[in-house]
Amino acid sequence: MAVDQELKIELGKQGIFVTTIQELYNWGRRSSVWPMQFGLACCAIEMIATTMARYDMARFGAEVFRPSPRQADLMIVSGTVTKKMAPQVVRLYNQMAEPRYVIAMGACAISGGPFKQGYNVLKGIDRYIPVDVHIPGCPPRPEALLQAFITLQKKIDAQPLTGEGRPRFLDPNAQGEFPVPEQAEHDLAPTSNHGVWPVPITIL
Amino acid sequence: MVSSPYFSLAVLFVAALGFGLAPLGLAWLWARVFAPPKPNATKNAIYECGLESKGDAWVQFRSAYYLYGIIFLIFDVEAVFLLPFAVAFTGLSAAACIAMLVFVLLLIEGLAWAWAKGVLTWA
Repeated sequence: MAVDQELKIELGKQGIFVTTIQELYNWGRRSSVWPMQFGLACCAIEMIATTMARYDMARFGAEVFRPSPRQADLMIVSGTVTKKMAPQVVRLYNQMAEPRYVIAMGACAISGGPFKQGYNVLKGIDRYIPVDVHIPGCPPRPEALLQAFITLQKKIDAQPLTGEGRPRFLDPNAQGEFPVPEQAEHDLAPTSNHGVWPVPITIL
Repeated sequence: MVSSPYFSLAVLFVAALGFGLAPLGLAWLWARVFAPPKPNATKNAIYECGLESKGDAWVQFRSAYYLYGIIFLIFDVEAVFLLPFAVAFTGLSAAACIAMLVFVLLLIEGLAWAWAKGVLTWA
C-alpha cells in the first residue's frame, strides 16, 4: 500500500510527513552503511582519498570503516585480487553478517584489469561472491566511488521487505555461505562459484 | 495504595522501565520476522583476517610476573591495616603510634630486601 507521490508532496507542504515502514527501514539502512577496511592495491588509495576531507564519505554515513567483518555492512574490494588472496576475500565475505553488500572498485576487481594476463591474478572477484555495484576505472576517481555508493544506496532503497524480490538476508532459504576456494595445483579449485558467476561457454 | 506518597514515583518508575524495554521488545519482534537466522560454518568461524585459525588461543603466561603480584598483595594488606589507624589517629597514645611504626618498618624492610635483590628492575 504505497502512498501516492503527489499526495505525499501536498501533505509535505502542509507539514505532514507520510511514509511506509519499508521506506523508513531502508532509509535507516542506507544512511548508515559501514564499510569494512579492505584495501588491496592502488584503488585503496582512492578509497582513502574518498574518506578524507575533499571528497568526504562521512556525509553518507560511511566514515566508520570497521576492521572486523562482523560489524561491517559493505566490502569495497579495491585493488587486484590475487589467487593467493582470493580464499581470504571469500572467507571474509562469508564472515560478514547479513545484510552485506560488495562494491567491486576498479578494473582489477571487476575482471582482472590491466593485469588480466597474469598467472596469479583472479579475473574478477565476482567469480566467487555476488557483487552489487561495479565501478570501472583504473583507478576510479573518488567521485566515481561516491557515485557507486549513491547507486548502492538507491539499490538498498528499492529492496522490498516481503515477497519474491526480497533480498538474500530476508530469505532463510537463500544462499548464505559462498564456498571458499582452495589452492589447487595450477589454479584455484573451484575456478568460480556455481550460481554466482555464469561460466562463458565458447561455441566454436 | 493510590493515596501513598510514593505512588507517583512508582508510576514514573514503571514508565522509565517501559521506556527502556519497549524499543528492545519492538526490535526483538521485528527481528523474529525480518531477520531470519542464517548461520553456517564459515560465518561462525573465528576471525583471523580471512585465514583459518589453527590451534588454541591459550598463550604462555610469563611466570616472572608473580613477584609483582606478591609485592602488590603485601602492600595492599598493609594499606588495609593502616586505614583504621588513620581514622583513630587523633585519639591514640604514643605507644600505639610506636607499635604501628614498628609494623610499617617491618614491611619497609621487606621492600628494601626485594629492592636489593633486583626484583624491581624491569629486565
